[in-house]
Amino acid sequence: MTTVQEQQTIQTEFKNRMNEDELLNCMRCGFCLPSCPTYIESGFKESHSPRGRIALMKAVVDGLIEPDEDFEKSLNQCLGCRACEPVCPSGVNYGHLLEEARDIINQNKKHSLPVRTVRKVVFDGLFPHQNRMRTAMGLLGFYQRSGLQKVARGTGIMKLFPESLATMERVLPKVPSMKEMKNRPEFLPAEAPKTKRVAFFTGCLMDTMFLETNNATMKLLQLAGCEIVIPKGQNCCGALHGHSGEKSGSKDLARKNIQAFEDLDVDYIITNAGGCGAFLVDYDHLLKDDPVWKDRAIDFKNKIKDITQILYEVDFHKKVKLELPYQIVTYQDSCHLRNVMKTAAAPRALLQAIEGADYKEMKDADRCCGSAGIYNIVESEMSMQILDYKMEQTKATHATTVVSANPGCLLQMKLGIEREGLSDKMRAVHIVDLLQEAVK
Amino acid sequence: MTVQPGAITLDIINMAEANGLFYPPDPGSMKSSTIGGNISENSGGLRGLKYGVTRDYVMGLEIVLANGDIIRTGGKLAKDVAGYDLTRLYVGAEGTLGIITEAILKLVPKPETKKTMLALYEDLEAAARTVSKIIANRIIPATLEFLDQPTIAAVEDYVKIGLPTEAKAVLLIEQDGSPEQVDRDILKIEEICKSEQAVSVQVAKTTEEAEALTTARRWALSAIARIKPTTILEDATVPRSEIARMVRAINEIGAKYNLQICTFGHSGDGNLHPTVPTDARNREEMERVEKAFEEIFIKAVEFGGTITGEHGVGVMKAPYLELKLGEAGIAAMKAIKAGLDPNNIMNPGKMFAKDTRKRVVVGK
Ligand SMILES: Cc1cc2nc3c(=O)[nH]c(=O)nc-3n(C[C@H](O)[C@H](O)[C@H](O)COP(=O)(O)OP(=O)(O)OC[C@H]3O[C@@H](n4cnc5c(N)ncnc54)[C@H](O)[C@@H]3O)c2cc1C
Ligand code: SF4
Ligand code: SF4
Repeated sequence: MTTVQEQQTIQTEFKNRMNEDELLNCMRCGFCLPSCPTYIESGFKESHSPRGRIALMKAVVDGLIEPDEDFEKSLNQCLGCRACEPVCPSGVNYGHLLEEARDIINQNKKHSLPVRTVRKVVFDGLFPHQNRMRTAMGLLGFYQRSGLQKVARGTGIMKLFPESLATMERVLPKVPSMKEMKNRPEFLPAEAPKTKRVAFFTGCLMDTMFLETNNATMKLLQLAGCEIVIPKGQNCCGALHGHSGEKSGSKDLARKNIQAFEDLDVDYIITNAGGCGAFLVDYDHLLKDDPVWKDRAIDFKNKIKDITQILYEVDFHKKVKLELPYQIVTYQDSCHLRNVMKTAAAPRALLQAIEGADYKEMKDADRCCGSAGIYNIVESEMSMQILDYKMEQTKATHATTVVSANPGCLLQMKLGIEREGLSDKMRAVHIVDLLQEAVK
Repeated sequence: MTVQPGAITLDIINMAEANGLFYPPDPGSMKSSTIGGNISENSGGLRGLKYGVTRDYVMGLEIVLANGDIIRTGGKLAKDVAGYDLTRLYVGAEGTLGIITEAILKLVPKPETKKTMLALYEDLEAAARTVSKIIANRIIPATLEFLDQPTIAAVEDYVKIGLPTEAKAVLLIEQDGSPEQVDRDILKIEEICKSEQAVSVQVAKTTEEAEALTTARRWALSAIARIKPTTILEDATVPRSEIARMVRAINEIGAKYNLQICTFGHSGDGNLHPTVPTDARNREEMERVEKAFEEIFIKAVEFGGTITGEHGVGVMKAPYLELKLGEAGIAAMKAIKAGLDPNNIMNPGKMFAKDTRKRVVVGK
């Protein structure tokens, strides 16, 4: 619940902080409606469409409505997938509006004690500290390996959690051991004639839970003729904070990352998670009002490139033989990789270059899978509805391998496969892992 | 095809084409507009010149009246003159006379093939003459679209496709039909363009090339919309022969009120979209926009045109309806409205203004 007083502060903050130019820029044409998953799944409710959300934000700014429960619900249900941006004729930066609005609401609202505690632990205590991330993941690994997992599943304790969370627990990848997570390289030479010097942004989740994928990423870069620096000082990208209304936390992380990558003399900074990459290329927007960091942020953002894009650009798929046993492969776009980093052709071209991989494009591959950070946990119902549609399209391709380029999407697709009971027929993999598998 | 009012226009078009048939009305909003909205606004589209507008494809309707009665008008018969043609009355009624709950649409055979071409002009009149000459040569192109110089400059500035920004007009022309006829028509149109001193004429050889040629037209609205936060687009319409005069009049009005007005639209049917990028917060400029549009409407009617070709009257243009219809015309329409909706519960405030001639764009 938001109290009347909180609503008033929120309203004032909206007036002061929301970018009015951007709000006015929406000419209400409705071109964004057909690409908004929540608009479609809500049964075409205007309040769950991009145009409707912008109108609501503007109405709060103009003092026409109060930022009440319904208003919050409308914003909470937004996936933040930003599929509404590339199709907008006016070029409305919806993602920026959403981030600002969520930040205002969160900063001025007293969460209930449990929610506050969880937020504090996650946003201040855990993600900004890579060593604690390792510890947390270590605990998860202990849980998985020690037999506790079996016990938990056996006692049915998981049934106490929302259905999606319980299934999620089953599909989480095996966490590497503490030792593996700690001993990370800081430099790797090229394993083919050197063409580029790149830095690798490891990501907090990627360098723990998805360590194998990070290893594969570096291997592919080496094979593609890249020399790699992996600076120690890097941190979580801050996306989780940014999307959850913890803007100042994400700014701190941004500054740390910019600093860590600044003097490495590299051509590009490579990411392998669409969600992180998209947040990194937005650093210049995040720090636009900070005179000391603004220009440094622009230099940083200009170097960000997704792993698929660089492999494609250096003709990795033409130089290295890629082969797999026959299988039908399909690709689920990572929303942020596609809509923000504008990378959609490269991953497809790489997959199509694998001999034995029969590539089938699924219908609406560019529509969100419903993962969206922690959306699948906090907005479970809508998320599962969106996932059901996604699985229908996936099944229609008869694919046995579903490829994604972002850890969140990957987990969500694994969840979808598990929910459909298809675990023995279908697998979800990160594109990097599949490419690594295909390298002869 | 029988459809429910909430069906999306593009879905209807795709469904028809999947069955080898064709539903021609293709408003720019077809990805998100519903057939109920299209019927209520009598929407046109790029293919309107050759194929007509929504009205020409509505054969019958089911309507819930203001008093709760449900009526059916028309049907699948090609000939049916039993009573008043209520179907036509409800097409374009803007929801003021009842709610459409079902529609029977006419479909036509799908054209076998299509060709696209683009012509650039240094002279506005030459482009206008081209349009007249094409029709005079008994060719009705499927599409005949027009962009003026400010629009060309805006598009080039935004998408950078190498359009000469000093060109005074661009015509995008498409013809569809049987391959022989399409080839013949396109050849003839090319000849006409050249005879009217078009500075460049390109005919697409492949679908990709055709796509590329339509880029400028497709991006027109986006390009203009990005210039300033608020975008106001109108659709004054004049007889085809008056296009050049109207565009010139619009440019003069723009200069007079110190506004940037970009005009593009469907030159084949004289339906123009003068568009002003502006800022709703700038009260003083909005007043000028208001005055400029009023003059544009008056000019359009003076040239034998109308205040709206396809977008409808709604609230914004209600004060100008009398310009076009005259007092008696309004009275006749109000009589129909009063008869079918005596309590004024169907879209009150639309179509008929409380007082005339005020406020196109300045609200409250
Ligand atoms: C970007 C853009 C491009 C456009 N391009 C074109 C174009 O090329 N050609 C063109 O002609 N128009 C165009 N339009 C105008 C508009 O899209 C059309 O008028 C369209 O038909 C509106 O459909 P809708 O479903 O959005 O209707 P809405 O806007 O929802 O409704 C329009 C009116 O019809 C009434 N109505 C809706 N459904 C019913 C029903 N079932 N029964 C009774 N009344 C009903 C509503 O009350 C409202 O008054 C464009 C609009 C935009 C924003
Ligand atoms: S497409 Fe853009 S301008 Fe149009 S309604 Fe959506 S956000 Fe607004
Ligand atoms: S970000 Fe995604 S869910 Fe949110 S309004 Fe845009 S398209 Fe809809």
